[in-house]
Amino acid sequence: MAVKDYIRERFFPHLWCPGCGHGIVMGAMIRAIEKLGIQKSDIVVVSGIGCSSRICGYLDFHTLHTLHGRALAFATGLKLSRPELTLLVPMGDGDAFAIGGNHLIHAARRNIDLTAIIMNNNIYGMTGGQSSPSTGYGDLATTAPYGNIDPSFDPVNLVLGAGASFVARTTTYHVTSMINILEKAITHKGFSVVEVLSQCPTYYGRKNRLATAVDMMNFYKNRTTPIGSKDKEKNPDLIERGIFIQEERPEYCAEYAKLIEKARSQ
Amino acid sequence: MKNNVLFLQGNEACVEGALYAGLDFFAGYPITPSTEIAELLSYRLPATGRKFIQMEDELSSMCAIVGASLTGKKVMTATSGPGFSLKQEAIGFAVMTETPCVIVNIQRGGPSTGLPTSGSQGDVMQARWGTHGEHAIIVLTASNNQDVFAMTVEAFNLSETFRTPVVLLFDEVVAHTREKLTMPEPGEINVVDRLHTSVPKGTDYHPYLPREDGRLPMSDFGGVHRYNVTGLAHDMWGFPSTNPTIVYDLMRHLVDKIQGHTKEITRIKEFFVEDAECLLISYGASARTALHVVENRRERGEKLGLLELQTLWPFPADVVKKRCASIDCVVVVEMNMGQILHEVKRVIHDGDKVFLANKIDGTFIAPTDILDILRIIQGKGA
Amino acid sequence: MAKKKKGKPVINREWCKGCGICVEFCPEDALALDEMEKSNLAYPDKCNSCGMCELRCPDLAIELR
Repeated sequence: MAVKDYIRERFFPHLWCPGCGHGIVMGAMIRAIEKLGIQKSDIVVVSGIGCSSRICGYLDFHTLHTLHGRALAFATGLKLSRPELTLLVPMGDGDAFAIGGNHLIHAARRNIDLTAIIMNNNIYGMTGGQSSPSTGYGDLATTAPYGNIDPSFDPVNLVLGAGASFVARTTTYHVTSMINILEKAITHKGFSVVEVLSQCPTYYGRKNRLATAVDMMNFYKNRTTPIGSKDKEKNPDLIERGIFIQEERPEYCAEYAKLIEKARSQ
Repeated sequence: MKNNVLFLQGNEACVEGALYAGLDFFAGYPITPSTEIAELLSYRLPATGRKFIQMEDELSSMCAIVGASLTGKKVMTATSGPGFSLKQEAIGFAVMTETPCVIVNIQRGGPSTGLPTSGSQGDVMQARWGTHGEHAIIVLTASNNQDVFAMTVEAFNLSETFRTPVVLLFDEVVAHTREKLTMPEPGEINVVDRLHTSVPKGTDYHPYLPREDGRLPMSDFGGVHRYNVTGLAHDMWGFPSTNPTIVYDLMRHLVDKIQGHTKEITRIKEFFVEDAECLLISYGASARTALHVVENRRERGEKLGLLELQTLWPFPADVVKKRCASIDCVVVVEMNMGQILHEVKRVIHDGDKVFLANKIDGTFIAPTDILDILRIIQGKGA
Repeated sequence: MAKKKKGKPVINREWCKGCGICVEFCPEDALALDEMEKSNLAYPDKCNSCGMCELRCPDLAIELR
């Protein structure tokens, strides 16, 4: 099937700004699913609120566009009642790390078989460029006009600490690697987190000397490095990308099936 | 006679009712005085292959049941005041997306943490207007275990019929009172199952296009029809829309499907109302005290009656209006500062004959609390 | 996977928002923005059909055909 077979064409061109990375992520999600050969009716996409969440309207799967930060909570209920479905949960950084931070760590703790795709653009885009938990120190935002003083989360360590069994980071520049990582994340039995550095030229870039999408993708190209590379030793400021952990651990729905057997036998 | 009489708490009667109605999925978070519902269901549901999950907070519990409902399951959560406040956003999502679900709120003293182990009926207006925006919702209550069971089954039935969240607004007194429950036999109480679409695969399915009878058949997530569900204003396919005509129709539909069926949704109990000169109007635990007073006064020849509301919202205005028409005085008995009182005054247009007998200090309303008011009305002094 | 792709980029001008990502990152400099700020296969002979423009297009406006 072609990319167009997975989208709701009547809503195109989409509403994202020119150069927004979220469209690249959407394309990568589609290509990963195409390669895996999963049937469209076996896939549920659950999103929250924000630029990232609008992905739901464009994809021809079962799509649930929920509340700000709560996508994983809706997805948990859905997955537990129909474990055979493939659940993809695209989120933004405000969505996943701020208002939905609690659901993120608990989904990781349960190791429920959902794939969280966090499009991290370091800003609240839909509301016009406010600072988020991943806005860097000193960065400018409409609610940080003197520069952001809030330290940012390290999302990878956050979810590793919470017990996620698959954690990866990629960028919109490294798109072939993104497709590859998404395939592995979707196939992984357990909670998978894929952080995608995804540019917001309109609100983050413009305010922070990265005026265009191209500038921002060049930043991802030049300022990231594969996990454990020699470059990282020389330049500790480089952001690592790749798969940080991929480990088989008891998955929540599988554990629940065992619990049912136990309850029935008593 | 079969051995089907149980001795249990109101919370347990609620669980029995939910299981009778076909509860498939429960998500919750511990909170007094509703916790027994979650505890009992964590034991009962897995034993029949169904799902229970304790979520990380109240918000996610509400979200999880909505997610599960979309796969075709009958779902419920249970909470109390502070948790009910936290669930409101997602209750609004269920209203907007027309997702069937049942929310039990065991009322305790508020505001805030208030009186966690005391009874109250302070959430009547919150149940009606807790979530933001214009909307309609169904709220049921009950005063004893038998009715808690029946109203719980009703809650699921109405939720499926009208594709709406239904709130079971019980209170701590009813929830923790131990009394008997005669378990209905299977089939004794009607159970409404989900209405699924008959539109076949490959044919355009409209999740938000009401049939001629106003009902909207559903298609389960994971089924053959792939559609969108959003909390945004949406068209008949479930896709976001800001078109004024579409938004108007949606708003009218969401409100009219409930307000326009008030008669069908109304559950009410009447005691000695036919010849009553003075009428008590009450609900939930307060109705127990009110009934005691009425029965007691009837023995003395006083023409006192009781209207026990089981449907609080949509407010059964027509019944209340009709019953109060030839009555000299009406006393609303409730454990708050007059939330249903205002509704009664609003619908009967004769506010001067409506009085309030209430309790707000965390103790249970006693017969004397009602008798004191009756004495004042009858000019006998306090 | 990109290498298996055959054909040249065909640009859906209705969907293209002219961000310039495909132009900048085309390894052969085969693409350019035209006067309407739409992507255009300006130098078809340079194109090696690697497909990176298709994968990186945020508008899903490029398809190798």
